[in-house]
Amino acid sequence: MSEPILSIRGLTKTYRGGTRALDNVDLDIRPGEIFALLGPNGAGKTTLIGAVCGLVRPTDGTITAFGHDLARDWRSARARIGLVPQELATDMFETVQRAVAYSQGLFGKVHDPARIEDILRSLSLWDKRDAQIRALSGGMKRRVLIAKALAHDPELLFLDEPTAGVDVELRKDMWQQIAALKERGVTIILTTHYIEEAEEMADRVGIIQGGRIRMVDEKRAMMERLGTTEAVIDLAEPLGQLPSTIAAFPVELGEGRAKLIYRGGNGQGGGRAQVAQLAQALTREGIAFTSLDIHDSSLEDIFVGLLGDQAEAA
Amino acid sequence: MHFNPRSAYAIYRREMARAFRTAFQSILSPVLTTSLYFVVFGSVIGARMEPVGGVPYGAFIIPGLLMLTLLGETTSNASFGIYMPRSTGTIYELLSAPVGVAETLAGFVGAAATKGLILAAIILGTARLFVDYEIAYPLLAAFYIMLVAASFALFGFILGIWADSFEKLGIIPMLILTPLTFLGGTFYSIRDLPAPWDAVALANPIAFLVSGLRYSFYGVSDVPIALSLGLTLGFLTACVVVIAAIFHTGWRLRE
Ligand SMILES: Nc1ncnc2c1ncn2[C@@H]1O[C@H](COP(=O)(O)OP(=O)(O)OP(=O)(O)O)[C@@H](O)[C@H]1O
Ligand SMILES: [Mg+2]
Repeated sequence: MSEPILSIRGLTKTYRGGTRALDNVDLDIRPGEIFALLGPNGAGKTTLIGAVCGLVRPTDGTITAFGHDLARDWRSARARIGLVPQELATDMFETVQRAVAYSQGLFGKVHDPARIEDILRSLSLWDKRDAQIRALSGGMKRRVLIAKALAHDPELLFLDEPTAGVDVELRKDMWQQIAALKERGVTIILTTHYIEEAEEMADRVGIIQGGRIRMVDEKRAMMERLGTTEAVIDLAEPLGQLPSTIAAFPVELGEGRAKLIYRGGNGQGGGRAQVAQLAQALTREGIAFTSLDIHDSSLEDIFVGLLGDQAEAA
Repeated sequence: MHFNPRSAYAIYRREMARAFRTAFQSILSPVLTTSLYFVVFGSVIGARMEPVGGVPYGAFIIPGLLMLTLLGETTSNASFGIYMPRSTGTIYELLSAPVGVAETLAGFVGAAATKGLILAAIILGTARLFVDYEIAYPLLAAFYIMLVAASFALFGFILGIWADSFEKLGIIPMLILTPLTFLGGTFYSIRDLPAPWDAVALANPIAFLVSGLRYSFYGVSDVPIALSLGLTLGFLTACVVVIAAIFHTGWRLRE
């Protein structure tokens, strides 16, 4: 496997006042991947990003980006890192185009109007290039922040809740933008409350809670390991006893013995095949059913389940 | 030591653009203030005043009035320039950029010095409407104005990082700078004060600034010009050291 583009070891942050926002975090990010950091409010996501981007002073630990220790070689590293913050902080009286040009210069790049035009067009902001930022809607402001973060062509991009407050259509649009960035070889770390988003885009998912990384895995593997398929079969008539051929499946009877509930599989289609076998077995046994509802558990179910377990364990 | 000129220039340009956006206030307010001072002190009262050290009173007060406006405007402008990004959160970009204390100061302070020169030109132009004067050492005057503007831009920068409310932002210029400039020999020569007030007046550092600028204008001063220049350079150095320490520790900038 290639060298991680970002490597975090033992990262701890205790804020003044004593809040321990990060607790001994280890994390490796691979070049070219989209990594989704999932966690509830206050989990430490923004603090983690801040520590890498120079907004937060780590209490302890090391951060290595592009093979260089950030504490010493921060200049060269920061020139290659982009940040879209969670808060909509923009220079309200500046125009879109000038704000993006400022970012380009600030990060040490030669003023490149063609590149700025590309970026603005790709984010559907070109028509608004001469508008003052304060006159834009919230979703557009967020896109301005993205444009600013892209102005120096970062190789590693942090998106702290890029789609917060963005409507569904625009969110889809933004997913495409992010996918396009990945195509261009940009490594992306995003945080989100929309698990749908991580499921849609991420290659790997990290779950953080209480300043600790609870789990990091390939999205696929995580869903395979923790995912399940659930099927609810409405029976034509209540069943007294499950025939052994049926009881061999991971099933149970519910709701007045008129529903057969299946839970199994691996979140990657294995469960669906088994449900098909179950349906055939029911037919063979002469058990009639009126409907069959099937769904794979999502990352959300996994997430909620995992955090629930942690909460119970705590 | 690393220095990225493009980053510094980006900051410089943005600071200048900010000034031009509010050009109306930034020009009108000093023009109006200066005119009022000249009407009251230059024409009405000044007409009855003896020349000071051979300089007609109307001309005598020009360097002091210039200093009064320059200190106030430069300090508040620079403090505002860094306070606003802190309070709105846009400072994240500066902090996440490959930008150190050198680029930041070159951008912010360079812009402040430029604005100081423009402001001085406006004030001098306005003064010309009311009184006749010749500047004895124009290059020295320009250099000294830039030096003072840069020093107080640094001072304002520190203020803008220190302040955690709008009130605090305004309090130092209002409570300290303005009174000290008034008492610093803007309207009189410290040499003409009776003892012990002449000695007391020299405890006021701004008296050295006014005196230095007046020397570049008319070749007369309350204290030797070298002392004024030395003090200003010392102040500038002290501010740079403080700001370097602020950046090093991240005080009020990074959590
Ligand atoms: N500047 C600060 N000073 C003190 N405590 C802070 C500061 N910033 C964050 N915290 C605390 O640190 C913890 C982690 O906050 P952080 O913003 O990193 O969480 P988050 O995962 O980004 O949450 P969200 O999903 O709500 O954005 C929280 O308990 C928060 O209250
Ligand atoms: Mg956050």
